Amino acid sequence: MNEVDRVALAVFVALFALVTVLGFIAARWRRADLDQLHEWGLGGRRFGTLVTWFLLGGDLYTAYTFVAVPALVYGAGALGFFAMPYTIITYPFVFVVMPRLWSVSHKHGYITAADFVRGRFDSGLLALAVALTGILATMPYIALQLVGIQVVLGAMGIRGDFPLIIAFVILAAYTYQSGLRAPALIAVVKDAIIYVTVLAAVVIIPLKLGGYRAIFDAVPAKKLILAPQQFTAYSTLALGSALALFLYPHSVTGVLSSSGRAVIKRNTAMLPAYSLLLGFIALLGTMAVAAKVGSSPAYAEGFGRYGANFAVPALFLDSFPSWFVGFSFAAIAVGALVPAAIMSIAAASLFTRNIYRELFRPACSGKEEATVAKVASLVVKFGALAFIVALKKEYAIALQLLGGVWILQTFPSIVLGLYTRWLHRWGLLAGWAVGMATGTWMAWTLSFKAPVYAVHLGGASVPGYAALWALIANLTVAVALSVALNALGVSRGNDATHRQDYGE
Amino acid sequence: MGPAKPQKRGVGPWHLLLVVPFVGVLWVPFYDAVEPRLGGVPYFYWYQFLWVGIGAGLTAIVYFATRETDP
Repeated sequence: MNEVDRVALAVFVALFALVTVLGFIAARWRRADLDQLHEWGLGGRRFGTLVTWFLLGGDLYTAYTFVAVPALVYGAGALGFFAMPYTIITYPFVFVVMPRLWSVSHKHGYITAADFVRGRFDSGLLALAVALTGILATMPYIALQLVGIQVVLGAMGIRGDFPLIIAFVILAAYTYQSGLRAPALIAVVKDAIIYVTVLAAVVIIPLKLGGYRAIFDAVPAKKLILAPQQFTAYSTLALGSALALFLYPHSVTGVLSSSGRAVIKRNTAMLPAYSLLLGFIALLGTMAVAAKVGSSPAYAEGFGRYGANFAVPALFLDSFPSWFVGFSFAAIAVGALVPAAIMSIAAASLFTRNIYRELFRPACSGKEEATVAKVASLVVKFGALAFIVALKKEYAIALQLLGGVWILQTFPSIVLGLYTRWLHRWGLLAGWAVGMATGTWMAWTLSFKAPVYAVHLGGASVPGYAALWALIANLTVAVALSVALNALGVSRGNDATHRQDYGE
Repeated sequence: MGPAKPQKRGVGPWHLLLVVPFVGVLWVPFYDAVEPRLGGVPYFYWYQFLWVGIGAGLTAIVYFATRETDP
């Protein structure tokens, strides 16, 4: 732990350099005018089935996921496995809903979900609420990608923030230059090394630990499966996360950059390949328990510094030769770059379209719009970097947890808005505010440490995901106010979209 | 191809298949058990792995059954 592992570091740096070159080359890929926001921020909406698969896979299954999911399984056991049902049910939902968003956005040139809300409900304020929620939820998520890089750098014996800053400056430079084309190209390399790493891990590590039966036998009985009082927590965490996933700005960017509806639909049948990968990655947490890395003095410093997030790096150090440790750590670090790039692009698009242009420069040119977005992407990334370097990472973790609660509060405006205009714009705005407040309050009572809040229903205490409880409050207010406002005949504004714009 | 004729697409009976995974994995009592194991892996875990495949398969079926003519 105290010495720098030179072999591992060499392999790591070599892979990182390869990815950097690709990031800059990406500007020439399918060359177009990168001074237009839809070219820089959406790759010209031309990505086919395979590129979209790599892009969304790299986007949704982030480095933090690869570190935090097994860390949760390592610490909490079966409950941490909720990531599995979560990714199983999200795709059927996306299959039905997201092609509609693609069609209407393609027709009207929408680049963000807030653009759609603006056009659909004729409410700048509601669009602003959706945009701010997206930016707020994304910022800590970017910061956590840095935590992923930090943990693997630390595991290789590298101290200090300087290497992390270099990595992020490089990332910022090629994102600025190449836009969404950079993460799309890098995602291919990232996925290749992640698949190799995980397949090697699930074959080699069980051989060392005496097979899967021995691995699961090492888990305490009460953590091996769920206790009945955990059932509602498990399923509401899965459902709430599944509904929230594609409301995140970086998911919307991934969806809108595809070349058509069928590309999205095909991908919902193909993306579960990553879910299998995620399942295996979650099992690494179980393997870390069986390998007893937590009680090994060699890793005590790492666990002291990074907590359960050190479980997977410790397991890799314990199980692999140096060169493959470097390879697998590069998988995690590069895995952080792809989503960090897409998230910053998505947040920058939201800022440019729904704050800068909406409030300050309604008549700005396409070139000005693209320039503002590029600068905003830099600000977003360095904001995240400053956050991680200057503040405790616990804040970022707490904020990311809140981000999941917040982003689900845009569900009525975006998802229900794709189907109906019955909900009144003021009702939606009030519902959003109530949902945000309720969810934040629930998280506050849990000291921002856990997402599961117990609601008392007629004598019974039902633990469930705070985001989902907040969404229920949100919808209740939105529906009640819509009934009242529609009855009073308060203006609903003009719908800029038409029935046939939704493609079905 | 010519100008597309207005046709009713949207959601049809095939889409009911997409509800099945929700039932399969959100009702935890279906699978909260250690036995039967598969290659040493408890039921709780391999059941959910299995549903990744079932979910993808059902989505593919709905895709081909309701295939659109657009790109």
